[in-house]
Amino acid sequence: MSLLLENVKKSYREPNGSTLPILDIERFEVKEREQVVLIGESGSGKSTLLNVISGITAADSGKVTIAGTEIASMAEVVRDRFRAERIGFVFQTFNLLPAFSALENVLLGMSFSRKKPNRDRAKELLALVGLEHRLHHHPKQMSVGEQQRVAVARALANQPKLLLADEPTANVDLANQETILHLLRDACAQNQISMLLVTHSQEVAKQFDRVETLSDFNKVHAKV
Amino acid sequence: MNTLTIAWKSIRQRRLASLLTALSVALGVTLMISVLVINGVIDRMFNQTASGYDLIVGPKGSALQLVLNTVFRVGAPIENLPYRYYTELKKDPRVEEAIPFAIGDVTQTGGFPIVGTIPRYFALEYVPGRHFRINADGKFLPGTWDSVIGSAVAKQNNWKMGDEFSLIHGSAESGHVHDEKFKIVGILAPTGTPNDRTVFVNLRGFYQVSGHEKPLEEAIRREAAFFGETVDEEKLKTLAKENAAHDHHDHAGHDHAGHDHDVPDAQKEVTAILVQMKGDRLRGFTTIKFQSELKEGNQAQAVNPIQQISWLMTNIVGNIRTMLIVLTSLIIIVSGVSIFVSIYNSMSDRKREIAIMRALGAGRTTVFAIILSESVLLCLGGGILGIILGHGLVFIAAPIIEARSGLLINPFAFSSVELILLPVLVVLASLVGFIPAMTAYRTDVASTLSD
Ligand SMILES: Nc1ncnc2c1ncn2[C@@H]1O[C@H](COP(=O)(O)OP(=O)(O)O)[C@@H](O)[C@H]1O
Ligand SMILES: [Mg+2]
Repeated sequence: MSLLLENVKKSYREPNGSTLPILDIERFEVKEREQVVLIGESGSGKSTLLNVISGITAADSGKVTIAGTEIASMAEVVRDRFRAERIGFVFQTFNLLPAFSALENVLLGMSFSRKKPNRDRAKELLALVGLEHRLHHHPKQMSVGEQQRVAVARALANQPKLLLADEPTANVDLANQETILHLLRDACAQNQISMLLVTHSQEVAKQFDRVETLSDFNKVHAKV
Repeated sequence: MNTLTIAWKSIRQRRLASLLTALSVALGVTLMISVLVINGVIDRMFNQTASGYDLIVGPKGSALQLVLNTVFRVGAPIENLPYRYYTELKKDPRVEEAIPFAIGDVTQTGGFPIVGTIPRYFALEYVPGRHFRINADGKFLPGTWDSVIGSAVAKQNNWKMGDEFSLIHGSAESGHVHDEKFKIVGILAPTGTPNDRTVFVNLRGFYQVSGHEKPLEEAIRREAAFFGETVDEEKLKTLAKENAAHDHHDHAGHDHAGHDHDVPDAQKEVTAILVQMKGDRLRGFTTIKFQSELKEGNQAQAVNPIQQISWLMTNIVGNIRTMLIVLTSLIIIVSGVSIFVSIYNSMSDRKREIAIMRALGAGRTTVFAIILSESVLLCLGGGILGIILGHGLVFIAAPIIEARSGLLINPFAFSSVELILLPVLVVLASLVGFIPAMTAYRTDVASTLSD
C-alpha cells in the first residue's frame, strides 16, 4: 500500500492549558495508485491530518507508513528529505514563492531532494499543466488558477509516491477547478502516484471513485 | 537551485532595500580603503624618509621643528649655524659624512622649497636601500649654478632640462625675487618623499645669490659670538676694504657660466647638517655619545630624526589614523546593523515562503542557511563594490593629490589589511544574519501554512 495510518493521535494544547484532541484514527489506508477524496467540515482536522502524513507535524502517537517506510520514528532531517523525494504537496492558496518565476518555482520543488534539478523536466511539467507560455511569469503576473497549475506541476516535480492536496480548488473558478482536478487525476494516474485530496466540497468529491468522510473514521469528531 | 541562488532571488525581490543596505556597506568599505591607502602613504612618508643619515645637526631650538624643516621642508628654519661649524664637524673623526643644507627660499613659480646642498647628498639613500635616480642625461649639481629638481616640481611647473628659474626670499607672495638664475641639469625620478617637491641648488651658487651672504662685518661678529671668541678689529677693517672693492659689479644680467666668485666662509651659514656616523656595530652608541657631547657644547643640537618622527607618528599622526580606522569601522558596523534591520523586517513577510520551502522538503538548516546567505551576499556584495569604488577613488584621486600636495600615491596601492576585510565582512554578516536565520529555523510550518 501507499499510505497507512495506524492509531494516529494528535491533539493541540490550547492557550488555557487544556488539550484539544483533533485526530484519533485507528486505521486509514490509501492503496497504490488509488485516488481518495476526504471530506470534512472546516476545522475538522483535514489540514492537520495532511501535515501529520507529510511529517510536517509530528503525531502524538501511532504509525504513519508511506510506501513501506514508517516516518514517525525518523529523525527530522531524514523526514524532511523523505518529504522532498516522496511526497507532493498542493495547498489551497499562495503555493508559490513570489520571488520566483513559474519555472523557478518548479525547479525549487526539485531543489531539496538528492536529485539534480532538471530544467527540461520542469518545462515539460509546465507544458503538462498548459503553462508552456508562462515559464518566466512571476506569481503576481498569473491568475489564481494558473498559480494552482504551477503548484500542481511543482508537486509532480520529484516523481513522488504520494500526492497530498489540501483544498486545491477552493479559491479558483469552476472552469479552473475542472482543469486542475483533471490535471491532478491524469498526472497521478499516468505516473503511478497515489493521491489524497481533502475538501469540504461535495462538488469536488463526486468526481472521485473513493470518497471518505473524516468524521466516519476519526473518533475525535465522533465524540463532539 | 542551490542555497545561494535562492538567497539571491529574495535579495532581488527586495531590490531597493537590498541595494541601499549593500550601498551602505560599500560606502563604509570605500572610506576604509581610502583611509588604508592614505595611511600607507603617510606611513611610508614618515617612517622611511629620514634615512641615509643618523643625525640632523642644527641650531638650538625645537627638535621637531628642525626635523620638519630639514626632512619635510615645511615650516621655517630655527636659525642658522656658521659655516665654520660645518667644516669643523666634518673634521670630527667619528663623522663619516656631513651634508650641509641651506633652506629658506622658495621657487618663484609654484613656491617649492629650495635646498642649497652639495652633490654628495644624492649619494645618500632616500629610503632604506633606495638611491636617487636621475634622468638619463641628468647630472647631480656639478656646477655652481646647477639645479636638480624633484619629480613633482618638474610635473607641476612643467620644467624641462636646461630651463632656468629664480629664487624668492621668504614666501612666494611677499618675498624678494633674486636676480640670479639657476639652470636645471637634472630631474629626479619619483621617490615618494618630500624630495619630489624640492628644488636642489648647488650650495656654492646659493651663497653667491646676492643677499644670501651676510654682510662681512656682521658675519664675522656673529661667528665670533657663536664660538665665544673675540674679534680682531684690525683684521676686520682690512677685510672689509677688500670686500668693498670686489662688490662693485652687479650680478644682474650676467651669464652665470663665467660668473663664479666664491663667498668667504665667514659669510656663509647652514640651516642644518645631515650627519652619517662612522662604524657599524658601535654606530648607535657613537651616535648617542656624539649627540650628548654636542648638547653639552651648548652651541647646537643633534637630533635623531627617526625618534622625532616616531614621536610624531605615535602622538599625532597615529592617533588620527586610529580615529579614522575606528570611524570607518563604525560605518561598516552600522551598515551591518542596517542589513540586520532590512532582513529582520522582511522575515514576517517571508514566514509563508519559508513554510512552503519546508513543506517542499527543505530542512531547518537549509532555510537557516538561505537567510544567512542573504546577509553574507549583501555584505560581501557591498564589500566588493566598496573595494572597487575605493580603489577607483584612489586611482582617480592619486594624480590630483599628487599635483596638489606632491604626495606620491600609487594608484594601484593595495593594503594587506584588505585581505582580512572580506573575511571580517563575512563574520559581520553571519552575526547580523544569525537572528533572522534563527527565526527561519524555528518557523512553525503547520501553523504558518494555515494562516
Ligand atoms: N497549531 C495549532 N494549535 C492549536 N490548535 C490548532 C493548531 N492548528 C490547528 N488547530 C486547531 O485544530 C483544528 C483543526 O484544524 P485544521 O486541521 O486546520 O482544520 P481544517 O483543515 O479541517 O479546516 C481547528 O479547530 C484549529 O483551530
Ligand atoms: Mg484546512
